[in-house]
Amino acid sequence: MTIVEAEAEIVEEFSIFDQWDDKYQYIIDMGKSLAPLEEKYKTADRLIKGCQSQVWLHSELIDNKIIYHAESDAIITKGLVALMVRVLSNHSPKEIVDAHLTFINKIGLAEHLSPTRANGLVAMVKQMKMDAFVMQNKAIK
Amino acid sequence: MKIINETEDLLMTYDVQKFRADFPILSEKVNGKPLVYFDNGATTQKPKVVIDSIVDYYSRYNANIHRGVHHLSQLASKAYEDARATVQKHIGANSPNEIIFTRGTTESINLVAYSFLRNRLTPGDEILITEMEHHSNILPWQALCEEKGAVLRIIPINENGELEIESLQRLLSPKIKFLAFTHVSNTMGTINDAKTIIEFAHAANVPVLVDGAQAVPHMQVNVKDLNCEFYCFSAHKVYGPTGIGALYVREDLIDDMIPYQTGGGTIKTVSFAKTVYVDGPLKFEAGTPNIEGAIALAKALDYVNAIGIDAIEAHEHELLIYTTEKLNAIPGLKIIGSAKNKAGVISFSFDKIHPFDIGTILDQQGIAVRTGHHCTQPLMEHFGIPGTTRVSFGLYNTIEEVDLFITALQKALQMLS
Repeated sequence: MTIVEAEAEIVEEFSIFDQWDDKYQYIIDMGKSLAPLEEKYKTADRLIKGCQSQVWLHSELIDNKIIYHAESDAIITKGLVALMVRVLSNHSPKEIVDAHLTFINKIGLAEHLSPTRANGLVAMVKQMKMDAFVMQNKAIK
Repeated sequence: MKIINETEDLLMTYDVQKFRADFPILSEKVNGKPLVYFDNGATTQKPKVVIDSIVDYYSRYNANIHRGVHHLSQLASKAYEDARATVQKHIGANSPNEIIFTRGTTESINLVAYSFLRNRLTPGDEILITEMEHHSNILPWQALCEEKGAVLRIIPINENGELEIESLQRLLSPKIKFLAFTHVSNTMGTINDAKTIIEFAHAANVPVLVDGAQAVPHMQVNVKDLNCEFYCFSAHKVYGPTGIGALYVREDLIDDMIPYQTGGGTIKTVSFAKTVYVDGPLKFEAGTPNIEGAIALAKALDYVNAIGIDAIEAHEHELLIYTTEKLNAIPGLKIIGSAKNKAGVISFSFDKIHPFDIGTILDQQGIAVRTGHHCTQPLMEHFGIPGTTRVSFGLYNTIEEVDLFITALQKALQMLS
């Protein structure tokens, strides 16, 4: 599945919700079911600090595919993090670097990705791409 | 009994619906729901008279002040100086010369740190603040300590979020050169016994700055009665505009202070060899000031006084008591700060639910609260929590809004648990 296909799948899933609380409940449940990040990865260099909630991100390259592991202390942020991981994980560094994510807008959660939002999500997406960029360059060398 | 009767009288005649109609923003909808604005500790909404005063200034008498001989400049200068007198009367200062217009509380504190204390501090001296201070009343002193080799000392709080007065007495050694503390805690609502604290400080010859940002909107403040050297507040927390505030400096101190910024409007004479500054507050208002801000601040204070600050205090106290009772009935909820004497501010937290999640779900339901550390990270550390959810009341909030908030909070808990 490509990144674009993964995004389309999420948009499809969210299309059945016409009430805000159903949509948020779905995100909360996703947050709850995201596998916890191993304690050894919860280090300062993997911490992305938002003003309000924080995110830990660990990236590893296996067979030219990046696998992301992430967690947040806030459950809604964690649910959004789970969506990001689902879309971007298991793709090549180049695919991730080139990706222009649109699904957050399409499922009506754009407010969570605005630069003024203090949940650390914007910084997380930036870090996911940054990690991919670094791994891509390493592969070229 | 007399006091209780007076409070009842104030509440009987308090027409909150009439006041609500003065605030255009309160009829806005958020996420399709009526706005419930419980983030007054961050900033208050503005009544139409305040908004109109800014439009009126620019429509009728905009001019630069203190320099022009022409008619508009005279009008603007008079309005600006009248505003200074309004602030003076509102906080009970002796003279308008004791009132410096600043950008707000933060700039006022920085100004005192630089203009008053910096040249009086030597290595090994100490500055005293409290554990419940807003970052704005920590950082300027911390920076000064680092520059001068001085030491920052902290008055601790007890589990109720009240200052430990005994520790204050113990800490007031001859090394202490200054005390800065908040009148009302922005996170917990604790009203500090400012008068007693200042008396202790003065007994040890320590000058005092009081951060009144959270006090002026909620209660009568009288700087002469408090007898502090410095008192400051921000207009936007008391129904005025952003970017303007006031610093009270006791008159005998003001001429010994050096300008914080230099520039136009601060001088008697300038030559390349020597500049002589004016006396009084203008020395600290370099450049063209926030003229419309000062005028609108005065309008806001007039508005508050027309309602009566005692009536506002009684109304907010009623909201505080009602909300505290409702919150205490929610299992797992812990109120942070249960001082005997509190303003209309309540912080709370849960062991297993992050404040960001609560704030997000409340926002979906049109309820504006504050979540996070409230710029009081050392205080959060004291309680061992990452942050709280905070509700803070203004003169226009109602019991019905509290009920909406409690219902919305229960919905959030049901979704998040």
